[in-house]
Amino acid sequence: MSELTLTVLRLSLLVLLWLFVFSLAAVLRGDLFGTRVVNRVTTTGGGSGSLAATVPRDRRSSNGNILVTSGRLTGTRIPLGTGDILIGRNPECLLVLDDDFASGRHARIFPAQGGWGVEDLGSTNGTFVNDVRIEEPVQFEPGAQLRIGRTTIELQK
Amino acid sequence: MSVVTSLRPRRGRNVELLLLLFAVAIITLAYATVEASANGAWPANLATQVGGVLAIAVVFHLVLRWTASYADPLLLPIATLLNGLGLVMIHRLDIAKGNELGEGMALRQLTWSALGVAIAIGVLLWLRDHRTLRRYTFLAGTAGVVLLLLPLFPFIGREINGARIWIGLGPFSFQPGEIAKIVLAVFFAGYLVRTRDVLSIAGPRVLGMQFPRGRDLGPILLMWAISLAVLFWQKDLGSALLFFGLFVAMLYVATERVGWIAIGLLLAAGGAVIAFRLFGHVQTRVLLWLHTFSPEAVAQSDQLAKGLMGMASGGLLGTGLGQGRPYITYFAESDFIIASFGEELGLVGLMAILILYVLLAERGFRIAVGVRDGFGKLLAAGLAFSLTLQCFVVVGGVTRVIPLTGLTMPFLSSGGSSLLANWTLVALLLRISDQARQPVLDTADSGPVPAAVGGR
Repeated sequence: MSELTLTVLRLSLLVLLWLFVFSLAAVLRGDLFGTRVVNRVTTTGGGSGSLAATVPRDRRSSNGNILVTSGRLTGTRIPLGTGDILIGRNPECLLVLDDDFASGRHARIFPAQGGWGVEDLGSTNGTFVNDVRIEEPVQFEPGAQLRIGRTTIELQK
Repeated sequence: MSVVTSLRPRRGRNVELLLLLFAVAIITLAYATVEASANGAWPANLATQVGGVLAIAVVFHLVLRWTASYADPLLLPIATLLNGLGLVMIHRLDIAKGNELGEGMALRQLTWSALGVAIAIGVLLWLRDHRTLRRYTFLAGTAGVVLLLLPLFPFIGREINGARIWIGLGPFSFQPGEIAKIVLAVFFAGYLVRTRDVLSIAGPRVLGMQFPRGRDLGPILLMWAISLAVLFWQKDLGSALLFFGLFVAMLYVATERVGWIAIGLLLAAGGAVIAFRLFGHVQTRVLLWLHTFSPEAVAQSDQLAKGLMGMASGGLLGTGLGQGRPYITYFAESDFIIASFGEELGLVGLMAILILYVLLAERGFRIAVGVRDGFGKLLAAGLAFSLTLQCFVVVGGVTRVIPLTGLTMPFLSSGGSSLLANWTLVALLLRISDQARQPVLDTADSGPVPAAVGGR
């Protein structure tokens, strides 16, 4: 093997290594462009329009939605599926509240008798339906106000 | 409060395949260069050997297509290239030692690589959602501490080269600390996502930094004590630094309090002073670090000096693979593999390798930014940070930035436990990135995705 071949091999390895680094960097450009930030609380009147706009119409299930009507998450809408909805401050909850008066696992909304029921999970500050503190699972009627800490949640058909 | 969505979510699997082929091409060229300069001829069995590496990589790629199709496209090519370059360098040192292919370290490393990839694939298949790991938070914590302390037990613990960080089962020896790194990252993530509110609660403000309350210092002091215990009993500077650094970094990511870093640095400095006063081997390390070329230091060990000489003789462009003399340094295939690359690929090649690590870490942190649940964020950030800190400790040690410690360079160094652990780490990052890059609407049916994550 001649000296020239070895030199060419040696230098081409370095060139290829750097070409690899640059092609990785080219793929990384996708991080700089291609994301879009939607601000949820810019619209007036509680801001329910902005998030709703990002959820396609067909995604809204026929089971209805729960809508946060006051508190920091005002305007957040969660389409109801077939399962339970856990509400609280823990990150594993479906609706994660940023509310100092809510417990980690505060309340649960669950399917019951063709509609929805709500149950307090032993929270510190209690769960209120239409300003009455609930002690046992109760039916959650559409239009009723569910209050957890400073957050009010409403069920919409 | 705002929602960040990707405009056009790209899976990036085709890009990954292209980069993977590119990586295998580079490994092939490196291998051919080694053989050409060692034997003066092209390797006869090039096709079969490259075919083996290519097959392993493509199988992993197909598994990703099948089970984690939104996973980050850069992780696998980078890991493959680093692993392959390590293999080539180990093979090159085999040739220098006169080992045949069948009995050398390179074949063993290749077997471990295949096993590592197999375990990574297993992790991807078993773990369909990284949030499952949160259930095992305290199990992981216990397992991590047990793994750390395992080498201290009689009969299975082994002391190799002055550090008691190995366990031996029959002919196999294993470094459980490498696995403990991942398990402890899971534990810290699960623990901190629960307690971060308490840990970041208001405390005294000093010099514009918010410090935690005295009673919240418990966990960090406990970790500090455990790290010092590891240092004391196992004589392993690197691991102690790695675990304590990992904990402090994850604490900072969880609480956003610079005060924790200040406390962590103070404790680390205090621990370093105590270790220096008490332990002879730490004093030796510091002597070797500060006065590498002095007669007293060379009388102890000339490993670091030889490594530096090697890198210096490599210069800017290196001597070329197979044409330098990296085998003069002890442990040129494990602790000093960075010096071996510095000698044969030069500063230019070494910088490219370091940038590959930087990109690997960057992808980890990017995944942490992108993923939507707190546990995944902490876990991805912790894994990426542990990889970064390990690279810093190794490269810093070899280049005399910090005292030399006995950690392995992820993917490059010869060693089975390190390869297994790092491939598992990459598998976890791939799994988390699959969730991070999926468009929100795709997952709305499949599981509990927080439609609204308040404030954080």
